[in-house]
Amino acid sequence: MSENVDSSTAPRRIGKPASRLSALFESKQLGWGAFAIALIFPFILASNYAMNIATTAVIFVLLASGLNIVVGYCGLLDLGYIAFMAVGAYTAGIVSKAWELPVLFTVPAVLVMTVLAGLIIGAPTLRLRSDYLAIVTLGFGEIIRLTANNLTITGGPSGIYGIPGIHLFGLDLSNPVPFYYFCVVFVSLLVLGSARLGKSRLGRAWRFVREDEDAAEAMGIHTYKVKLAAYIFGAIWGGLGGMLFAAHLSAISPQSFVFLQSALVLMAVVLGGMGNTRGVVVGAVVISLLPEFLRDMGNLRYVIFGVVLILVMVLRPQGFWPARAFEPEKGDDGSDSGEDGTKRSRRDRRKLVPVNPATGEKA
Amino acid sequence: MTQLIWNGLFVGSFYALIALGYSMVYGIIKLLNFAHGDIYMLGAFIGFATLSSFGVIPASMSITALLIVLLLTMIITGGIGVGIERLAYRPLRNSPRLAVLITAVGASFTLEYGVSAIAGPNPKVFPVRLQGETFDVLGARISAPQIVLMVIAVLLMLGLNSYIQRTSMGRAMRAIALDPKGSLLMGINVNKVITWTFFIGSALAGAAGVMAGAYYGKIDFLMGFIIGLKAFTAAVIGGIGNIKGAMLGGLLLGLLEAFGSQWLGGEWRDVFTFAVLIAFLTLKPTGLLGERVTERV
Repeated sequence: MSENVDSSTAPRRIGKPASRLSALFESKQLGWGAFAIALIFPFILASNYAMNIATTAVIFVLLASGLNIVVGYCGLLDLGYIAFMAVGAYTAGIVSKAWELPVLFTVPAVLVMTVLAGLIIGAPTLRLRSDYLAIVTLGFGEIIRLTANNLTITGGPSGIYGIPGIHLFGLDLSNPVPFYYFCVVFVSLLVLGSARLGKSRLGRAWRFVREDEDAAEAMGIHTYKVKLAAYIFGAIWGGLGGMLFAAHLSAISPQSFVFLQSALVLMAVVLGGMGNTRGVVVGAVVISLLPEFLRDMGNLRYVIFGVVLILVMVLRPQGFWPARAFEPEKGDDGSDSGEDGTKRSRRDRRKLVPVNPATGEKA
Repeated sequence: MTQLIWNGLFVGSFYALIALGYSMVYGIIKLLNFAHGDIYMLGAFIGFATLSSFGVIPASMSITALLIVLLLTMIITGGIGVGIERLAYRPLRNSPRLAVLITAVGASFTLEYGVSAIAGPNPKVFPVRLQGETFDVLGARISAPQIVLMVIAVLLMLGLNSYIQRTSMGRAMRAIALDPKGSLLMGINVNKVITWTFFIGSALAGAAGVMAGAYYGKIDFLMGFIIGLKAFTAAVIGGIGNIKGAMLGGLLLGLLEAFGSQWLGGEWRDVFTFAVLIAFLTLKPTGLLGERVTERV
């Protein structure tokens, strides 16, 4: 490896982060901090309106962390991500209404349906170039929405209403504040799960595929299986998000699952920093709260979103809080643990340990 | 039956016009230009704006006015396509694919909501509505405007084909599609050729937009989204990157759609189209006329 990879440009972070600020950003307690803020929030603002928006934001965080698995870790562009949310929401709605089950009992059905949907779309397209996947997922998003619009079981254009809330251990959690807490705990576990997945063996394989698919294949990674795994994990996260969405609003209709929503989730991932769970969480919170503050601007705010998306890609493609590359041990095997394969921030470059390109040894 | 075939071919010629731009750009720089469908929408709105500025147009003049507007719109949308390439895609020419795709989504978003911010989110009614007598040909009802639009579409496609086959710019485009680095070494101004490609592709999409606006009479700012997807499907059916394939794919998709919605009902038309896309990608991803491309590392 070390001969082929220009290791002088590969970022390597060995030892402590250089500045206090970046130490703060990389601190392990940060996740607990965010969790604590989310828990304290209802004590500050507990109006129905605030709880409604906060719960929506928390569900949006779940969606963004799911899309982060697909786009951030594995580098596959999914433009119809909201379709998985739709599959999850409709499955939860239909099953819980038909058998009068509490929504949480629909989780197995939701998992089965979303995995099936992920397989149907992923299996044929993941063998092709990654940009085919982008457009097929775009089409898939439309298929799901139109199908929900046309079928009678999904309630047609008016959708499904009267979906029960969450009941757990005999407790009724369907009031705004308890439901918010339930969402926070549920989503935190899944966000933690996605972060752990990113650090697992599979997560390293995803990153490798994202950086260089051919090299990954040559190193013995079954790229097709790995990509399909990313796609299906993303689908599961999206489906569970849909289940929460259905329980939250108690009514779902095809209008909730338009392309705009997929684009907003993508926006959260891209702005936050592809591949970095913390950045994605912050991005999701910002993107879901921003429309509340920019309500007066009408459709102009989406123009700004579009322009920002272009500007971020041109000027700072790694996002505002990019993933940092760490090496698991202080080895100098010269392995390319590069981040998103795009430009690196100047601060990052300054901290590089100079490495002899030929041998991979630190100078 | 003949009615279905005629309807399919008519709609298919719109798809073909838009698919051409998709396919040309993809063939040359391997970029899926998501904003392409929105250029079509933009064409419809520019046609709407210029036609409205003419004031009241007598019915006898509507075809002439439409042709003038068509030409004007093609130039403007072509210019906008070039602008998008220059601002959004060129800085990322050597970036990973993911970055360029996301930029394309951003460009599409900007165009859609930019138009809705300027023109308002409600659908607009086109000032010129093509009406004419209908003929019966082999049991199919064909109207005069349909024939006019079809002739314009076919002329544009034939013109493009001879442009690519006969002129030196066309040869340069084919060369870059084969090997961009080699063409650069042979002294071809690659950036200029890419600019022209975007100009031509966007001009064709703009023309299709004006024609669709004049024929259907109603335009809205999201009209490019679905049609962009369908044009991509057409390009895939024909073999993406292949000019004749895009035309063939467009017509074929129109026919498939006409028969599909006859069998399944109109509300399933779009679902059927995307199912065709997925089926094609599974069974024959190179399309009907495309060549098998092995990626070089």
